[in-house]
Amino acid sequence: MEKAEHMNVRPIDPPVAEPGVDLAWLADRIAYPLFQQCIHCGLCTASCPTYVETGDENNGPRGRIYLMRSVVDGRLGVGPEVRKHLELCLDCRACETACPSGVQYGKLIEPFKIEMVRDAPAGKGLSLIQKVVLHHLFPYAGRVRAALLPVRGLQKLGLMKLVERSGLLKLLPPTLRNMAAMVPTLQPASNLPEILPAIGPKRARVGLFLGCVTDVMTPQTTGATARVLRRNGCEVVVARGQACCGAIHYHSGAEAPALELARQNMNAFDFENLDAIVVNAAGCGAMFKDYGHILPPEERERGARFAAKVKDVSEFLAALGPIPPAHAVPMKVTYHDACHLCHAQQIRSQPRQLLAMIPGLELVPLAEGELCCGAAGTYNLTEPEMSQRLGRRKLANIEATGATIVASGNIGCTLQIARQAREKGLPIEVVHPVDLLDRAYEGES
Amino acid sequence: MTATAAPTTIPLVRELAALLGEDGVLHRRDELVVYECDGYVIEKAVPDVVVFPTSTEQVVEVVKLCNQHDVPFVPRGAGTSLAGGTLPIGGGVMISLTRMKRIVEINARDRYAIVEAGVVNVWLTRALAGTGVHFAPDPSSQTACTIGGNVATNAGGPHTLKYGVTINHVRGVELVTPEGEVVQIGGVVEDQPGFDLTGLLVGSEGTFGIVTKVIVGLCRDPEAGRTLLAVFPTVEDSVEAVSGIVAAGIVPAALEMIDNLMIRAVEAAFHFGFPVEAGAVLIIEVDGVDAALDHEAQAISEIVQAHGGTIDKAIGWRTREEPEYKAIWKARKMAFGAIGRVSPTFCTQDGVVPRTALPHILRFMEGVSERTNIRIANVFHAGDGNLHPIILFDEQDPDQVKRALQASHEILDECIRLGGSVTGEHGIGVEKLAMMPKLFTPDDLAAMTAVHDALNPDNRCSPAKKIPVGGHCIERTSPGRRAPA
Ligand code: SF4
Ligand code: SF4
Repeated sequence: MEKAEHMNVRPIDPPVAEPGVDLAWLADRIAYPLFQQCIHCGLCTASCPTYVETGDENNGPRGRIYLMRSVVDGRLGVGPEVRKHLELCLDCRACETACPSGVQYGKLIEPFKIEMVRDAPAGKGLSLIQKVVLHHLFPYAGRVRAALLPVRGLQKLGLMKLVERSGLLKLLPPTLRNMAAMVPTLQPASNLPEILPAIGPKRARVGLFLGCVTDVMTPQTTGATARVLRRNGCEVVVARGQACCGAIHYHSGAEAPALELARQNMNAFDFENLDAIVVNAAGCGAMFKDYGHILPPEERERGARFAAKVKDVSEFLAALGPIPPAHAVPMKVTYHDACHLCHAQQIRSQPRQLLAMIPGLELVPLAEGELCCGAAGTYNLTEPEMSQRLGRRKLANIEATGATIVASGNIGCTLQIARQAREKGLPIEVVHPVDLLDRAYEGES
Repeated sequence: MTATAAPTTIPLVRELAALLGEDGVLHRRDELVVYECDGYVIEKAVPDVVVFPTSTEQVVEVVKLCNQHDVPFVPRGAGTSLAGGTLPIGGGVMISLTRMKRIVEINARDRYAIVEAGVVNVWLTRALAGTGVHFAPDPSSQTACTIGGNVATNAGGPHTLKYGVTINHVRGVELVTPEGEVVQIGGVVEDQPGFDLTGLLVGSEGTFGIVTKVIVGLCRDPEAGRTLLAVFPTVEDSVEAVSGIVAAGIVPAALEMIDNLMIRAVEAAFHFGFPVEAGAVLIIEVDGVDAALDHEAQAISEIVQAHGGTIDKAIGWRTREEPEYKAIWKARKMAFGAIGRVSPTFCTQDGVVPRTALPHILRFMEGVSERTNIRIANVFHAGDGNLHPIILFDEQDPDQVKRALQASHEILDECIRLGGSVTGEHGIGVEKLAMMPKLFTPDDLAAMTAVHDALNPDNRCSPAKKIPVGGHCIERTSPGRRAPA
C-alpha cells in the first residue's frame, strides 16, 4: 500500500513471526492440499449461519479457511481476532453441503479448534464449567442425571417456569444461565433391559445407542426408538458398557478423552454380529461415523468397520422399509434439519419419509430449515450470544409455519428450540420423528 | 499482533467507528486480510478499513467521510466477483453491503420488488415462492451473490436466453453518488421518460456510485416446463443442434452445453446420472403454456436426433422447486466448482461469439489445446454464444502456467476477431482492463472516460475498474480467473 500515508490511513502491519499456535502439530493433522481445494468462489458464504448473522467474511467459511491458511502460511498469527472468528464457528458444516469443490471444512477447523484449546493463553482454554461438563458429566449418563436432580426438584414443584419467567435466571452468569435454561421438563430415564425381542417376524438385529444426554433429557425418545424398532421386526440390543460418543469433547478440543470414549463404545457393541448400531441423536451418529479417521492410524480400520454399522434411526428404517403405522396423528408438524443429520450425514429425505407415512399428519415446510439453530454441542455455553441470536431466528421461522409441533433428529436442537419456545411462552412441542412414529404405531396422541 | 486491542488513533477510523459503532468497522490487519480478494484471486489488495453500514444514510455519511479524507472507496457484496470487481486498488475504505439485506417491498400484482443491495439473489427467489412471480436473473452463483452485485456486473445466467440479463429486470435504483448524494433513478413503473440512466448504471461495476436499493421487475412464473437432457457423440454435433433449434424458431428458456471433461467432473461431484461416455450433453429447457410444450419438446427431440443425438432424460415440471429439476440445475450451476476435483488449478474464461460462430470457436479451442498441450474443458450458455472455457493447469509448474496463459489469450483474441467480446456476464473488473483497448477504439474509450469523469470526477469511487482510467494497466503473469461462473 504505497499510497497509505497520503490517505491518512495507517499502513498495513508487517507479516507476523509469532504464529500463536503449534504449526508442526497442525501440519501433522491438516494436509496442505485440503486448503488448496478451496477455490475461493464464495458459494458457501450465504449458507453459513454466523456469516448470515454478521455479514462479516471473517465469520464465513471462505474467510475462516483463508484465516487458517494464512496462519499456516505464516502471514497471520492466532491473535485475539483470529481466535474469535474461528471460535465463533458452529462446526455445523453447512458450508460443506454448499461447496461445489468438495472442501472438507471439518478437517480444517477441528484440528484448529483442538490446537487453540491446547495452546490457549491463561484463562482462554476450557472454562471450568466446560471442564466439569466434559470430563465429569458427559461420559456418564448416571452423573448427568444426578447433576440434574436439583433442577428436577424445582421442576416437580413447578418452580422452573416461575424462575424463568421472573427473570431470576438473568442473575446467573450467561454460561450457567444457559445450562439451567436448557433443561426440559424431565421424564424418568428409560431403564431398558439388555435385550428387547422383535415384534412380529424378525428382520434384523440391531444395537441401540442411548447417548448420555439424550437418554437422560428425553428418555421417552429412547423408549420410542426401541418400540419403533421392535415394531419393525428388530431385535434390539441395549449394549451394556456403552459410553458418551465423545463428540462434545472432540469438538471442544479435548481429543484424548474423546478417543478413549470411542474405544469404549467399540468394545461395548459386538458390532460384527449386529446388522446396525442405531442412533437417534444426530450429533452422536455423526461422531461415530467419523471414528474411521479420527482414531490413531493403527486403530482406524476397526473404527471404520464400526462406523459402517452406524445408522441414524431414520436412515436405518427408511432402508429397511418401514411398516406403515395404523393410527392417525392429526397434527401440523414442521421439520427442522439438524446440522449433524443434513450436513454431516447428508440425511434429509428419510426423516421426512417417515413423517409422511403417518396418517393424518400434515408436514409443513420450514423456512431456513437447514440453518443451524445455535445449539451446536457446547456452543450455547461457549458462545451464548450468537447461540441466542440463531435460536431466536429459528423460533421465528417455526412460528411462521403455524405448526405447534417441531420434529428434529438431534437432542441439542430439541433442547435449544424447546427452550427458545418456553422463554417466549409459545406452546410449541419439540419431538423426535420417532416419537411421532411411536404414537402412530401405539395409537395414543 | 500489534496494538490490536488499543482504540485506534487514526482519525478516519475513529470517525467511522463513531458513525457505525465499533461493530460496524474492521481496521485491524488480522481482520482485513480476508478482504484482499474476491472470487478472482490472481491480484490482491488489502483495504485499510471495512465498514458495514445498515442504511442508505450511513452509506452517505461514509462516502462523505471518504471524500473529506481523500480516501478511495469501493463497494462489496458477497465477494463472488470473478473479475476482481471488489478489489480495493490503492487501499482505502471497503463498503460492505452485507448488512443491508432487507426485502423492502414485494408487489406481485404490479410485478416489482424493492430490495436492499445486500439481499442474496436466492433469498428473493425464496421470498417469492408461491406468489406466482419470480426474479429472472439466475447466475450460477445465485445462492451466494447479492442483487447489488448483479446490478454492478449486469449478471446473466442460464435463463438469459429467453428472459434477458439483469438490465432487463431492473426498473430503478437508489444510488449514493461518489459525492455522497442520494439519487433515485427510474421507478416502479417501466419505461420512464428521459435518458435511460438505469441502463447506464446497470453494469457500471460500482464506478458511478454505490447502489443501496434496487427496484427489480418480476416475471410471471411459467405454467409449466420441460427440461431435456440430450446426449451427443461430439461437441460439434451438439452445437450444430443448438443452431438447428434456434433456426427452427424455438426460443428455449435455457440451452446449456457441457462437454465430456466437464461431464466427468460433475458426475464425480454430484452423481446426477450424466452419461460419462458422451462427447457432450445439452440441457434444453422450454417453458410457458403447458399445452404447447409437448409439441415444442417433440420438435426439439427431432432436431436433436437429426444431429446424431438422443434424448436421455425428459423432466416435465410445474414449478422450479421440483427435486429432479433442482438436481439437474444444481449439477450445471456447480459445474465449475466440480472441476477443482480433477485439476489442481484452473481458470475460467468468459468469452462471447456470435452463435453461428460456435462450431468454429470450438474447433479453434481444440487446436489451441493441442498446440499448447493444455486441457480445456467447456460448459457454457450455448444459446447466446457465451463461452466459459475452463483451462486446466498446475500452478506449481511455471511452464504450464505460461502455456495456460497463452491458451487463454489466443481464445479471447479469437472471440474479438469473430466480432464477439471478452466478457459475457462477469464484467471487466480489474481482470480484463488490459483487454479494453483491444475491444474498443481510442475514440470509444475517450467517450466512456468522459462519461466516467462526469459522474465520478475524482475517481475515488471504485478506482481502476471497468475502464482503464489514468493509464492503469496490469501486466498479467498467470492466467485469468479460476473460479465458478
Ligand atoms: S461450519 Fe457452519 S458456522 Fe462454521 S464456517 Fe461452516 S457454515 Fe459457518
Ligand atoms: S469452501 Fe468451497 S464454496 Fe467456499 S469458497 Fe471455498 S471452494 Fe468455494
